[in-house]
Amino acid sequence: MKPIVVALLCLLTGSAAVAKEGNECITAAGSTSPDFGLPHVAQAIAKKKLNIAVVGSASSELSGPAGTNIAYPTRLEETLRSLLPGVAVKVTTYARPREVASEMEAKLPRIISEAKPALVIWQTGTADAIRGIDPEEFRVSLDDGVDKIRAADADVVFMNMQYSPRTEAMLAVTAYADAMRIIALKREAVLFDRFTIMKRWNESGVFDLYGATRTTNVAERVHDCLGRLLADVVVTGAKLAPPADKGTQ
Amino acid sequence: MLLPKPGERDLRLDLFRGLALWLIFLDHIPSNIVNWVTIRNYGFSDATEIFVFISGYTAAFVYGRAMREHGTLVAGARILKRTWQVYVAHIFLFAIYTAEISYVAHSFENPLYGEEMGIFDFLQQPDITLAQAMLLKFKPANMDVLPLYIVLLAGFPPMLWLLLRLPAVALGASALLYALTLYFEWNIPAYPAGNWVFNPFAWQMLFVFGAWCALGGAKKLSVVILSPITAALAILFLVFAFFIVLTWYIPGLDALVPRRLEEWMYPIDKTNLGPLRVAHFLSLAVLTVRMVPSDWPWLRSLWLRPAILCGQHSLEIFCLGVFLSFAAHFAMVEINPGVSMQVGTSLLGILLMIATASLISWYKRIEGRSPRSRPGPPGATLVGGGV
Repeated sequence: MKPIVVALLCLLTGSAAVAKEGNECITAAGSTSPDFGLPHVAQAIAKKKLNIAVVGSASSELSGPAGTNIAYPTRLEETLRSLLPGVAVKVTTYARPREVASEMEAKLPRIISEAKPALVIWQTGTADAIRGIDPEEFRVSLDDGVDKIRAADADVVFMNMQYSPRTEAMLAVTAYADAMRIIALKREAVLFDRFTIMKRWNESGVFDLYGATRTTNVAERVHDCLGRLLADVVVTGAKLAPPADKGTQ
Repeated sequence: MLLPKPGERDLRLDLFRGLALWLIFLDHIPSNIVNWVTIRNYGFSDATEIFVFISGYTAAFVYGRAMREHGTLVAGARILKRTWQVYVAHIFLFAIYTAEISYVAHSFENPLYGEEMGIFDFLQQPDITLAQAMLLKFKPANMDVLPLYIVLLAGFPPMLWLLLRLPAVALGASALLYALTLYFEWNIPAYPAGNWVFNPFAWQMLFVFGAWCALGGAKKLSVVILSPITAALAILFLVFAFFIVLTWYIPGLDALVPRRLEEWMYPIDKTNLGPLRVAHFLSLAVLTVRMVPSDWPWLRSLWLRPAILCGQHSLEIFCLGVFLSFAAHFAMVEINPGVSMQVGTSLLGILLMIATASLISWYKRIEGRSPRSRPGPPGATLVGGGV
């Protein structure tokens, strides 16, 4: 119930200005429409029960007292509930700091049997770049993960790394971002390009991503926007792919 | 003829190595609109291949003569001296990198980036990471080329000895090591995890091939290189590579690539110098040699002089380029990340590289070590195998 309370609080305290700023980030994100459909999500929506598992590392959570309630998975859940009235939406987060793609891939079966998701949102890449995992090994982990997720009748949305201007020259993410993009195209999976979206936000001035701060203000708003954009991707993806009985997959 | 004629300095090598240095500099600046011009966006290979090949070529050109004139011991000792210089340059760059990252670690805090702050972890245990850096096992982002070059140079004396006596055997041994490396997946472990980003056991092949070409191999191949059939095949391959690269960016195009081809083709591995990268580089090289003859008048023109100058002092300019890419990124982050800043810092960086190369040339001239001020072939100190 806690997320709903927070959502209500947001509604009560949120002014028109906040709402306007919120939409600014949606506009500035540019095109985020998915390249491929999400047939299992469409099926789940038709059955009025949509389970989503978010598998990721530290950037799928936020530290601090409000922590998980303001991180993007919660915002995704809230937005999906309002976009899909009558559908029981449940988003479960399996985020562990420093976890790399191969470790996530290894625990996918447990997550799938536990959450029974129609969609796995797989956020990865940063930990692999920090630990210097061989990009080829990273690519294979993603590929095997797609096999596991699809075998369990679920769709997958990849989420790549955050755009972090301060650390960009020190953390070589390109090889990992390329691997994610290429696997997504090859396996016809949706890529939620968090890196490009956040970069556009930074360039257009919607968010100042290089300012130092101890508060979670910016983080909170970034996650809010990411959650809402992701909800839009999920709904659009489901519309792109009608339920399986109509012939997709 | 086994060795190039005395004084026959091929300016094309300096030109393309200079250009490769500029491209590497541009590629190392993150989020830079200018690096769309670099070749890695249009095919499989990138500036690293150009660089390693030309370095092998010049190393053989310079030290091959030294080995013939002064003996194996003297030439080997000179190569190892050069190896030491490159090692020192690498540690110097590492110091600059550590200074930058320490500054950022202390001046930056944002709960949004808790995960990214993980790259500062190594500052917490300098006892381990500094030692690992000196052992070349800990290599921060974009600092992988010099360690590769150090290993290639360190192993070069016996290879050069063999190249001068039995070039075909030497080339065969190098190719065999490359094949075995791909098959058995040999590599050098890195710290804290994984392997070397540029696997020396694989990349040595291109270096040795460059050396072999310098020691007469290119002449033997000239019929093949200049044949119109080779040129046609090279063009076809470049077009094919460009199309494949497009499928990495444009959704839907991938459906046009047959499954079988994909299974055979992927991964196009940079760490282990995948064969398709070699083929792409060779295609570029063949066409370049056709279009740019060694007596091309433009090579003496003022317009190409800046790139040639940079190519002639490649170790210094490479290191400067790595430093400048840090600095350019720093300027974008601290001042302004806009397109004008990206273009501005890219151009300024290249100008600084040119200015520095001119300055080094001037120093060498006043110290009497310039190729113009001294008759005969350039000395090892000047070309020095370069980076």
